[in-house]
Amino acid sequence: MASESELSAVVEDGVRRRDFINIAAVSFAGVGAVAVVLPLVNQMNPSADVLALSSTEIDISAIGTGQAIKTSWRKQPVFVRNLTAAEIAEAKKVPLSDLRDPQTIDERTKPGKENWLITLGVCTHLGCVPLGAAEGENRGDFGGYFCPCHGSHYDTAARIRKGPAPTNLVVPPYEFTSDTVVTIG
Amino acid sequence: MSFPWAKNYEPQQPLMKWLDEKLPLPRLVYNAVGAGYPVPRNLNYFWNFGVLAGAALAIQIVTGIVLAMHYAANAGVAFNSVEHIMRDVNAGWFIRYAHMNGASMFFIVVYLHIFRGLYYGSYKAPREMVWLLGVVIFLLMMATAFMGYVLPWGQMSFWGAQVITGFFSAIPMVGEPIRQWLLGGFAPDNAALNRFFSLHYLLPFVIAGVIILHIWALHIPGSSNPTGIEVKDEQDTVPFHPYYTAKDGFGLGVFLFVFAALTFFTPNLLGHADNYIAANPLSTPAHIVPEWYFWPFYAILRAFTFNFLWIDAKLWGVIAMFAAIALLFFLPWLDSSPVKSSTYRPLNRIFFWILVVDVLILGYCGKSPAEQPYVILSQLGSIYYFAHFLIILPIISRIERPLPMPNSITEAVLAKHADDKSAATA
Repeated sequence: MASESELSAVVEDGVRRRDFINIAAVSFAGVGAVAVVLPLVNQMNPSADVLALSSTEIDISAIGTGQAIKTSWRKQPVFVRNLTAAEIAEAKKVPLSDLRDPQTIDERTKPGKENWLITLGVCTHLGCVPLGAAEGENRGDFGGYFCPCHGSHYDTAARIRKGPAPTNLVVPPYEFTSDTVVTIG
Repeated sequence: MSFPWAKNYEPQQPLMKWLDEKLPLPRLVYNAVGAGYPVPRNLNYFWNFGVLAGAALAIQIVTGIVLAMHYAANAGVAFNSVEHIMRDVNAGWFIRYAHMNGASMFFIVVYLHIFRGLYYGSYKAPREMVWLLGVVIFLLMMATAFMGYVLPWGQMSFWGAQVITGFFSAIPMVGEPIRQWLLGGFAPDNAALNRFFSLHYLLPFVIAGVIILHIWALHIPGSSNPTGIEVKDEQDTVPFHPYYTAKDGFGLGVFLFVFAALTFFTPNLLGHADNYIAANPLSTPAHIVPEWYFWPFYAILRAFTFNFLWIDAKLWGVIAMFAAIALLFFLPWLDSSPVKSSTYRPLNRIFFWILVVDVLILGYCGKSPAEQPYVILSQLGSIYYFAHFLIILPIISRIERPLPMPNSITEAVLAKHADDKSAATA
């Protein structure tokens, strides 16, 4: 039991012991609630097996000039294209100021290997697979790739030129392990 | 929460009296959809669609629970398990076709229900909360329908999931992490399919909960009616049962007739052949189209093909699409006319019908490929859609001179009756 003097002191502050207990209890419950919500939200993120960055090796020796192949990395399509000299020249001719997402073809290929254009085959608009990697497919108004879903046109350096996509096709991390083998990832 | 002349529930049998004291559930039903709920006497058939939407939800829940007994939410076997339902499960084809077409029927009646609310001004005071809850139900329905469409794991399912979750990647900075969080991966796969199944099973019950709030909010002011004049006294109303239980019963019969015709004679009319091809992450179908009930919004999404004001086209499209629905939340305050029913609003009536045509055109564009002339048509259609709600409606609700209105529902009904009589004698 609090003595008479203690009680009056408390009233002068306007704070009672019970206020402290209330705030402490509710705060503690709040911390507990957040601690429970965190794993419940985090379980939605990609799991360990999905995240396990598998790297894919591709043999590019069979891809002739002007040809392209479609392969898969992290369950996403990847385009590997062997550009012709004309296509490279065409990509170099475009002034950067004309581009929505300005990048030169040199920035999008490896030095000395600028005929090898390796990009994700995922349209940066809403994720469809653009056409143009296979023989006879529509390559759009700029001779690169064309996304049929919402009409995005990519040029020969897979840069966005027309349509709703905001950025160029993504160049994944990769390196040439030999002249004919590329490791993506 | 009812008119003072509402009939009072008086159980006669001892058992019902006993129950009424312990758990007055029959009393709740009596007051909600029985003789204890007085309703304007002049409701037309457009007032059937609320009950029909409820019936459609019930059909979806029943068929859906049965389907879940045979379906397997795993990316490896989902497509085959749906084929198993179609070919091997007893009456499985019927239950799946009913669920597929039931979704379309649900959207048909809900769109007509929204049409009714727009034409007769049901969203206006004192029923704003009914309208707001209705828009929430509409959003939940869209989410549920989308996730349900992913479950068969066909080509349209997969690429629909890819495109719709792609909306979120339009958000600056955090977009891509949000998308990966939603999908549980870098592209739609097993994790996404599993969570969509879980949520597809959950959301209908959330919808049922919001429907209870929707009806609760409705029963406070009572139902609206085609004249838009509020109920003044007892002669303006009739008890819900038997008058509107009978009228809704007739409407339900017509609804089931159309539903059965779709399910049995043209079960795939509203679907896409591509969805009978198993999902292939390396090949996009030549023409991705959402289900018909998303077409107008899909057209608005695709209308932005150019960057504008430092915001890229993709983000604009997503903003516009969500804004097209979010706009409906503000409708009760955008339309300031005190007159509810368009019957007495000559100017609003004209622009209302133009809006209906505009939405139909947008729907047609959403269904068509992303080429001219559909791109320019969806751009014009989208501009008009927003102009209707943000410019035209606020202006006409201020300048419009409404037609003379009857003093009460009863006067309106009797005047119509007198007209009919004089026409008959003439």
